[in-house]
Amino acid sequence: MGKKLLLEHINEPGIQSFEVYRKKGGYASVEKALKSMKPDEVTEEVKRSGLRGRGGAGFPTGMKWTFLDRRSEKPRYLVCNADESEPGTFKDRYLMEHLPHLLVEGMITSSYALGAKTSYIYIRGEYMYIVRILEKAIEEAYANGFLGKNILGTDYSLDLYVHPGAGAYICGEETALLESLEGKRGNPRLKPPFPAIAGLYACPTVVNNVETIAAVVPIINIGGDEYAKIGVGKSTGTKLISASGHINKPGVYEIELGIPVEEFIFSDEYCGGIWKDRRLKAVVAGGSSVPILPADLIFTTAKGEPRLMTYESLADGGFATGTMLGSGGFIVMDETASIVENLYTFSRFYHHESCGQCSPCREGTGWLEKILHRLREGHGKKEDVDLLVSVAKNIEGKTICPLGEAAAWPVASAVKHFRKEFEEAAARLQLSAVQKAELATH
Amino acid sequence: MAKVTIDGITVEVPDGTTILNAARQIGGEIVPPAMCYYTSLKDSGGKCRVCLVKVTQGSAKDPRPMPKLVASCRTTVADGMVIENISSPEVLEARKGVVEFLLINHPLDCPICDQAGECDLQDLSYEHGLADTRYEFERRTFEKIDIGDKIKLHMTRCILCYRCVLVANQLTEQRVHGVLDRGDRAEISTYIEKAVDNDFSGNMIDVCPVGALTDRTFRFKSRVWFTKPMDAHRNCTKCCGKVVLWTKGNDVLRVTARKDRYGEVSEFICNECRYEHKNLADWVVEGPRHINRHSVISQNHYEKIDLLKLKKEVERQLVFQKGKQLPPANQSTTYSTENGNSQTQTHA
Ligand SMILES: Cc1cc2nc3c(=O)[nH]c(=O)nc-3n(C[C@H](O)[C@H](O)[C@H](O)COP(=O)(O)O)c2cc1C
Ligand code: SF4
Ligand code: FES
Repeated sequence: MGKKLLLEHINEPGIQSFEVYRKKGGYASVEKALKSMKPDEVTEEVKRSGLRGRGGAGFPTGMKWTFLDRRSEKPRYLVCNADESEPGTFKDRYLMEHLPHLLVEGMITSSYALGAKTSYIYIRGEYMYIVRILEKAIEEAYANGFLGKNILGTDYSLDLYVHPGAGAYICGEETALLESLEGKRGNPRLKPPFPAIAGLYACPTVVNNVETIAAVVPIINIGGDEYAKIGVGKSTGTKLISASGHINKPGVYEIELGIPVEEFIFSDEYCGGIWKDRRLKAVVAGGSSVPILPADLIFTTAKGEPRLMTYESLADGGFATGTMLGSGGFIVMDETASIVENLYTFSRFYHHESCGQCSPCREGTGWLEKILHRLREGHGKKEDVDLLVSVAKNIEGKTICPLGEAAAWPVASAVKHFRKEFEEAAARLQLSAVQKAELATH
Repeated sequence: MAKVTIDGITVEVPDGTTILNAARQIGGEIVPPAMCYYTSLKDSGGKCRVCLVKVTQGSAKDPRPMPKLVASCRTTVADGMVIENISSPEVLEARKGVVEFLLINHPLDCPICDQAGECDLQDLSYEHGLADTRYEFERRTFEKIDIGDKIKLHMTRCILCYRCVLVANQLTEQRVHGVLDRGDRAEISTYIEKAVDNDFSGNMIDVCPVGALTDRTFRFKSRVWFTKPMDAHRNCTKCCGKVVLWTKGNDVLRVTARKDRYGEVSEFICNECRYEHKNLADWVVEGPRHINRHSVISQNHYEKIDLLKLKKEVERQLVFQKGKQLPPANQSTTYSTENGNSQTQTHA
């Protein structure tokens, strides 16, 4: 069994409540940090842990925290990104639903490190029932002196709020999130300035994913060095993976970074193998926006080494033969899956979710969807395959925020690795009902 | 001060200047086009992406190149920065892609659009666009709406530059219009078609780079190239009172603010000057306005045109407007001559 740092007590009855959570050692990190550590020492531990952002980009969290402008006179904010809307990713939901106090605890310890007096959890509108769970947990934390004025009798005070969005993937992009939190239209901002300098209400702000903030709890409890012993190289600690698709045991798993991909898919501890005794065809390893990989490339890198569940190993080979760990949305497709169909679904999503601010993404995502729709319906043309690649290329790297890339990469990689399937779709002429009836009469 | 090099030409500009404005100091061909940036509107730019350039050296201190193309209108210079615009095939390729994106859902209804002749998108597409479209799907359309009695919103033509929203935010007391919905369904609109009615709302029309917001008091009165632009002023208590009168004979067909060579207004005018003084006697006329702004249908080039060909093109486009198949035509020869200069209707 791999080490469980986040989900250790998830099956404890009543762990949602303050009482049980506290009995299981909850809020120890708050006590330790507030009573025996300076804020910068907490940041230092996070730096030593090697923790990297779990929201998708994998940016070192400790480094992000040190970028926060501490010389500014303005208030500082910590904002938790709980917008989780990437197709294939549902780990934050699981964590917040079952361990709300773990997130609240992480928010308090992290806010202390950053010197934030007010912090926010921005959660996607569709998670309304979780808003209630979190609000109850926050209420309990206030009642027990872990939030509000003079926490645990120290001179540190913190207010924590949950703010639901209105259901937009783009509000997961950190600057769009801040706009939305300010009550504006959720359009991503142009960077620089980065949130660390001018974020929420133009004040220094750190935005971190739910899981990132939760991971601060075990890091403070066991120490950064101990945390860093788990994992391989620059991929330290444990990671939640939401596994879905054609596997025997879909679900959310906490893995030690560094286990082989093959083990993750086939061991009974995790996915339990491909369902219905079918063969594996492809994997989207980190949520819908990362490049898709065919079965042969997902188990071994181009160099012939076994591929591991780490940031580096999954990315090995760049976009030619690699992919990304992303947000840990692990989607498995068996031999019956249609890549064209899958790509169409993804493209429809990005078209629907583009904020429409910048021209390449606004216009390009819709175009991609239309071409894929036509291919899927059997009205495609031979030229469509190259057109897809060309449109994706014209979006990539030309947009304000990375949603442009998120829409382009799946297209580029799917066509690269499964070109034949697209060409076949283009060659397949689908007859309409009328045409079929006509043929039948001959 | 910062020394920057754009397409091999070096210029010294104050710190904090954007790459676009540094290029404008040099002038000429190396100035990137701009569809959403507007000097006098705070926070404008960054959206259309036609001004993308390549930074091959970040600064003298940190010579690393920037990993992606950057929006020149929103990227500030650093001392020793080296930038490629028209000397970079990558930039030109990217720009072509962006222009294509701007056009795939555009109605291309120039022959019946009031903005034709002073339209940034029209100019941009002639210079950077493809002759053919690769887009074979139905184009997105919206209903035309009147926002108030002075402004017509033709959303189908809009490129979502957000300039009019910024005008309303920054020049008027209260913004009652904005962007609704998202992605390619996003539209400029007012909540339940509320009238936009305040002293400076007319400037929304001037900042619109395309024909999405047009002056209802001028609509279909004349093609702009048949009108004579005259600089004029009057004593106005609300604004600078400095305008351009677009005249035909002794009639003032339209009043606008004065635009510079990049199509930008620096002194906005009030609605009284714009709409309520369409009488030559109300104005002190300074003389003909020299339009040195680049345009494919420039008011300065009263050159010969094949009338028959123009008529045919208009007919062809009108057929297309009705949703019929576009008959083949040599579209690009209608408006532009070989040397890239534009030609228009002779003044009658
Ligand atoms: C279109 C888009 C959607 C995103 N959605 C999320 C999200 O739902 N949750 C999240 O944590 N990060 C999301 N991100 C990443 C955030 O911008 C940001 O990098 C992250 O919240 C930083 O937290 P971390 O460093 O803890 O990972 C998204 C990014 C983009 C471009
Ligand atoms: S890339 Fe797409 S989602 Fe991001 S700012 Fe541009 S239009 Fe909006
Ligand atoms: S002018 Fe720079 S992005 Fe539009």
